[in-house]
Amino acid sequence: MATSANMMKKTTKNQKNIKQEDNKIPFLVKARPYLIILPALLLTIGILYPFATAIYYSLTDFSFRSIDYKFIGLKNWISMFQSKNFWHACLVTVQYTLATTGTEMVAGLGIALLLVRESRFTKTLRIILIFPLMIAPVIATLIWQLMLNNSVGIVEKFLNLFGVFNFPWASSASTALLTAAMIDFWVYTPFVMLLMLAGLQSLPKSPYESAKIDGGSPWFTFRTLTLPLLKPFIFIALVFRLMASMQEYGIIFALTKGGPGSTLMNLSLTGYNMGFAFSSLGKALPYLLVLWAAIFFISKKLIGAWLKGQQNAQGN
Amino acid sequence: MKKSKSIKIFVSVLVILVLSMNMMACSTPAGETDTEGDAAAVEGFSWDMASGSTIKVMFNQHPYAEAIIKKIPEFTEETGIEVEYSLTPEENYFDKLTIALNSRSGDPDLFMTGAYQIWEYAPAGYTADLDQFLNDPNMVDPSYDVDDFYEGIIGGLRWDLKAGHKIGTGPLWALPLGFESNVLAYNKRVFDEMDLEVPTTMQELLAVCEELKEFGGPGTYPLAIRGARNWGTIHPGYMTTYSNYGAVDFTIEDGKLISQVNSPEAVEMTEMWVDLIEVGGAPSWSSYTWYQAGADFGAGKAAMLFDATCNGYFQNPEGASEEAGNLAWVAPPLPEGKTEINSNLWTWSMAMNEASKNKTAAWLFLQYFTSADYQKWSITEGNCVDPPRKSVFESQEVQDVLATNTGYIEAFNATVPGTTIQFTPQPHFFQTTTEWAATLQDIVAGNYDSVQEGMDQLKKTMDEIVADVEAE
Repeated sequence: MATSANMMKKTTKNQKNIKQEDNKIPFLVKARPYLIILPALLLTIGILYPFATAIYYSLTDFSFRSIDYKFIGLKNWISMFQSKNFWHACLVTVQYTLATTGTEMVAGLGIALLLVRESRFTKTLRIILIFPLMIAPVIATLIWQLMLNNSVGIVEKFLNLFGVFNFPWASSASTALLTAAMIDFWVYTPFVMLLMLAGLQSLPKSPYESAKIDGGSPWFTFRTLTLPLLKPFIFIALVFRLMASMQEYGIIFALTKGGPGSTLMNLSLTGYNMGFAFSSLGKALPYLLVLWAAIFFISKKLIGAWLKGQQNAQGN
Repeated sequence: MKKSKSIKIFVSVLVILVLSMNMMACSTPAGETDTEGDAAAVEGFSWDMASGSTIKVMFNQHPYAEAIIKKIPEFTEETGIEVEYSLTPEENYFDKLTIALNSRSGDPDLFMTGAYQIWEYAPAGYTADLDQFLNDPNMVDPSYDVDDFYEGIIGGLRWDLKAGHKIGTGPLWALPLGFESNVLAYNKRVFDEMDLEVPTTMQELLAVCEELKEFGGPGTYPLAIRGARNWGTIHPGYMTTYSNYGAVDFTIEDGKLISQVNSPEAVEMTEMWVDLIEVGGAPSWSSYTWYQAGADFGAGKAAMLFDATCNGYFQNPEGASEEAGNLAWVAPPLPEGKTEINSNLWTWSMAMNEASKNKTAAWLFLQYFTSADYQKWSITEGNCVDPPRKSVFESQEVQDVLATNTGYIEAFNATVPGTTIQFTPQPHFFQTTTEWAATLQDIVAGNYDSVQEGMDQLKKTMDEIVADVEAE
């Protein structure tokens, strides 16, 4: 009994000592773990806050036309899914994304393969080809509008040489998507090319030397060596381009504001119109949240596939 | 297990964020106006009654705004009121303004607006009723004559907040800086060279368009009109002609607004408009806004412009454009057999934020820049046009300035009596007119078998949009 009482006393004394030592530790040292994670925490809140409020407001009838708003449950969501404008916007978003990302990926890789060899000519071309990337997409669209102008545009003058006059470009429903995709292609292909070029320049030399000794054709080398080794870069470029194309707003807005008719009304533009031009933020947010969800899941799948590919390559 | 814990944490964080956000929102009572700092009411009017105040003004980028900005130093000198302002291009102006007003922060104190925006802002309680100032003798300079404004113009800014009720009655929500009616402007050099008569009817206009195809070689076209996918396409020449055909946008049936865009008059008018676009419009008509239409007319690419009076006017002073000095105006062409001229009204005006904390100073600013003295200066020296005050328009100095523009005064006099807002006031104005412009683009693009089919579809869309509006 006496021993256990002594032990108790000893433990209490130790705890007191620990507490006293604890008190002696400066506040900054104690707070260090929290301070270390503080920027990450603030960043997370900064990301989550607008996202959380967007979800909240999508469940209200919030409108810039009124100070008051009330919770209306899933009414905005149901009305969006019942609206033919929503399904049309989804279709336009998919068409635009496929048209731009597909062509930009192929062309970006092709140009990078042509420019990978070192010479004064390719070095100069690399610099020139990234010029479009330095121009804001809206400005690029205005430049293209001038070039495509049926009265004074240089492209029109060129087409006139082949007997094509007054090509409708963005003013016709049948050619508006082509026109917007063409401008997107001009602006963003250099981005894909840059990534691919960086990838190609980082590839190991030895497998190519072996393939050359074994008499592998250029197509065989490209298909069995270059493409698999370049996969991580292809995935990165694909994720970035898919995300940006799905969200595209600037080029379409500057070109036709979604027209002619509703030809180019994608999810971003429909959401913007609902929210700002028509002042109904509650109705606009479901469109933008659907867009966010689609981008999130597609990107997640692509990144997952890329990581799996990396693990396979490393033999894990 | 681990996954479900992460989901719980994620959901908890979301809930906490949303709750905290709402608590923060609730802690600032919306709509509360702090009048502290505003000058106390004084006996008798004095321009320096709010001396020492600072007001914030939001301007749309426009010659009217630029003229005011030039005069702000004089205003400050006379009143002792400092003015901070922002100038935003029209493309983004109303988005920015709507958000600022919705915040109820009182910033800006004053803002440029049009009448159609008032149909959104006034019911939301964003704009102050200006009658409270006008009816207070202590707040109005004795020389300020509110009856001097053209009745149709200032009436466009009065509304009783009831959807479906025409403008002209109820509180005054803004004061006009200038206005636009819609007329036909033409290049008299081109008309003289081609020995053409200026059209007075829509049928003649279509015939002249046939004559003027590529009048100056490739790249030139007969008629500049707006075509972009927004409300701006509907309200100038289109709505003017629409009303001249006797068509209306809505009627009220059983307390609901019912679209009339597929009525025989509306369809006949739209068929004529589509013909005009196909025969005489710019090849890229569907992207044309105010700026492109006016610029093509000034550059000599378009022989005519059916748009706001001032759009062509700004191209006519020496050095302003290639065709400066060659531009002339007539009243809008009418359908065969019609003699009464209607024109749709657009008014650039200035309104006061209901949440402003400097209402006295803001009112003095408003009064100063809508006074006859200032408005006369804005025409003679400030590159403005279309004064909303009768005395200003009739003054010799203004008449001398306008007389250098062939036909301008005659077109103004012929059009002003019938100039009013031809739309039915309703809170979904921007959505219905944007849909209208989109349908017009679809019809021109051939996406409908007939104009009737397009307008039938538009009627359905518009009826759905305004279904929640209770009209009287």
